[in-house]
Amino acid sequence: MQPLLTIQGPEAALFWILAPLSVAAALGMLLVKKAVHSALLLAWVMITLAIFYIAQDAAFLGVVQVIVYTGAVMMLFLFILMLVGVDSSDSLTETITGLRPIAITAAVGLGGLLVSLLGRATLGREPIGLEIANSSGNVEGLAALLFSKYVWPFEVVSALLITAALGAMVLAHHQRTNPRPTQREQAISRFRSGSLAGAAGLPGPGVFARHNAVDVPALLPDGTPAPSSISATLKARGDVIDSSQFQLDNVDTTVVEEK
Amino acid sequence: MKNASLLLDDPGWIITLKALIVFVVCVVLTIMSVWGERRIVARMQMRVGPNRVGKFGLIQALADGVKLALKEDLIPAAADKVVFIIAPIISATAAFMAFAVMPLTGPVNFFGEETVMQLTDLPVGVLYVLAIASVGVYGIVLAGWSSGSTYPLLGGLRSSAQVISYEIAMGLSLVAVFIYSGSMSTSAIVQAQQETWWYGLVLFPSFVIYAISMVGETNRAPFDLAEAEGELVGGFHTEYSSLKFALFFLAEYVNIIAVSALATTLFLGGYHAIPGLGFTEQWLGGWFTLIWFFIKVLFFFFIFVWLRGTLPRLRYDQFMQFGWKVLIPVSLLWILVVATLRVISTTSQSRVVTFGFAGVVVLIVLGISTAFENSQNKRTSVVHPEPAAPDFAVPSLPSQITTINVSQQGGDRG
Repeated sequence: MQPLLTIQGPEAALFWILAPLSVAAALGMLLVKKAVHSALLLAWVMITLAIFYIAQDAAFLGVVQVIVYTGAVMMLFLFILMLVGVDSSDSLTETITGLRPIAITAAVGLGGLLVSLLGRATLGREPIGLEIANSSGNVEGLAALLFSKYVWPFEVVSALLITAALGAMVLAHHQRTNPRPTQREQAISRFRSGSLAGAAGLPGPGVFARHNAVDVPALLPDGTPAPSSISATLKARGDVIDSSQFQLDNVDTTVVEEK
Repeated sequence: MKNASLLLDDPGWIITLKALIVFVVCVVLTIMSVWGERRIVARMQMRVGPNRVGKFGLIQALADGVKLALKEDLIPAAADKVVFIIAPIISATAAFMAFAVMPLTGPVNFFGEETVMQLTDLPVGVLYVLAIASVGVYGIVLAGWSSGSTYPLLGGLRSSAQVISYEIAMGLSLVAVFIYSGSMSTSAIVQAQQETWWYGLVLFPSFVIYAISMVGETNRAPFDLAEAEGELVGGFHTEYSSLKFALFFLAEYVNIIAVSALATTLFLGGYHAIPGLGFTEQWLGGWFTLIWFFIKVLFFFFIFVWLRGTLPRLRYDQFMQFGWKVLIPVSLLWILVVATLRVISTTSQSRVVTFGFAGVVVLIVLGISTAFENSQNKRTSVVHPEPAAPDFAVPSLPSQITTINVSQQGGDRG
């Protein structure tokens, strides 16, 4: 029996460089604390898998893998940012006692099962049929199968996915109780509301007197500070400088003539 | 596939040399296009533009590059260091990689070896470019996240949403090209266009959709919401300086050249001469095709600059609405039409069927647009209730003014 799964030359080099990196990234994905780092490592695993696919003459699968999974991981990334928080990291306390040993046992079991199954399927056998499958070109071969023999499952899966996407939209959608005011309506209401102070837009922060920092309220023409010129976020944080020191009455305006 | 067989017997040193050439061409083109952009925009704004450093200011971009590299390299304290450093590298690498599948010339003699100027010819070449582009976005998004600052984060999020939506439109616009050429390999598409007309004419709607979405995909004005200097300071690259910023800069311009090259390849006949000038392709032993290729690429680059000099930035919600509610549905419908036409023509039906189908499609489009316009008119004619007049003095609205007093004498102001 000749040595199994012989890969020579460049492909072997590719495999022995990328495979350890891929496995390391997969382990890192589980072990790093920050959720964003996890997502990044996941993207790297997907890309290395795509490179392996391309190296094994499945060019279409490889490229589609990159297109689909980079988009998917990007979504994951956005979920992390929007639902979990920008710099969230996992807390390592066990919320349910005994969860960790159970999880590790289950993971090792599943891994062992997969390895043994794949080993049985591949070890000691010569891979055959690749030349026949790719005889009319990789893409053409796939297309011929997808649109003849497997056209029904293909369509069913696509219908399922569309239903899922529509369902997500229906669940996330909410009806406005009143229509959104247009820019024109907003402009009219600015002029017709109680005060004309905001009609020309709010004053910018800190553009008068001696400071031009964003945390200094603007001074109105009569010398009073305009609290509406400061961003609400800064106010909520308490990062606002007391503007009384810049008020016109308090500014020393005496002129000392030089002799 | 003539190109593929020509590429297959390339020895290793030619492949290495070609990779080097692609890299050098991209960098040089970036430097020259920065200069070109500044000169063209200046001309459009009635200025002169850089004209001091070197002849016509040609070395200005190089001088700026050197200055950029010598600046202090800052990493903010709040930044995620590793990701902060990786992000520009991802961006720049992905930008260069897209060029590997572009056929730059027809068959030429390259140091005694008959070959084509194309690094590799994948059967899924165009999809490969899409895949690489979607990896490149990671650079921008990660830069935004890792800077640990508000404006970059907003820029990064905008960019991810933008690229995801416009990539769909871009991918759909390419489907019509695949259907017509029967291949996803760049060189085969170029060959297929030689047999019919350029797909920019045959598949004009696809061309328009691709041209719009390629501007969206490269974050260029008027779709540069990810850096929006008026709103977000610099967007995703606000915190970057020195060489890391230079990498983003490089990536942006290489990306522009890459999408322009793809547009050239898919819609303007690639490296072939414009119809009627086919004899020029034999000049310089076939190397003249390289000149044709770059003339077309630079034409697209000029359009990019023209857009930047002309159009204001879109509002974010309008931009998203345009992508999802106009570009994607239109390209889906167009694919339906193209696929049907293709089936009709390949099953060798008579011309009458083809023209009948085209006529019906045109009628449907006209009907829909008329109905749409009517509903639009109805919507605008809805009368908004006038809000009550305020209890302080306001100038009367122009519509309420009935008489205008015009003083006939010199007036009392003296």
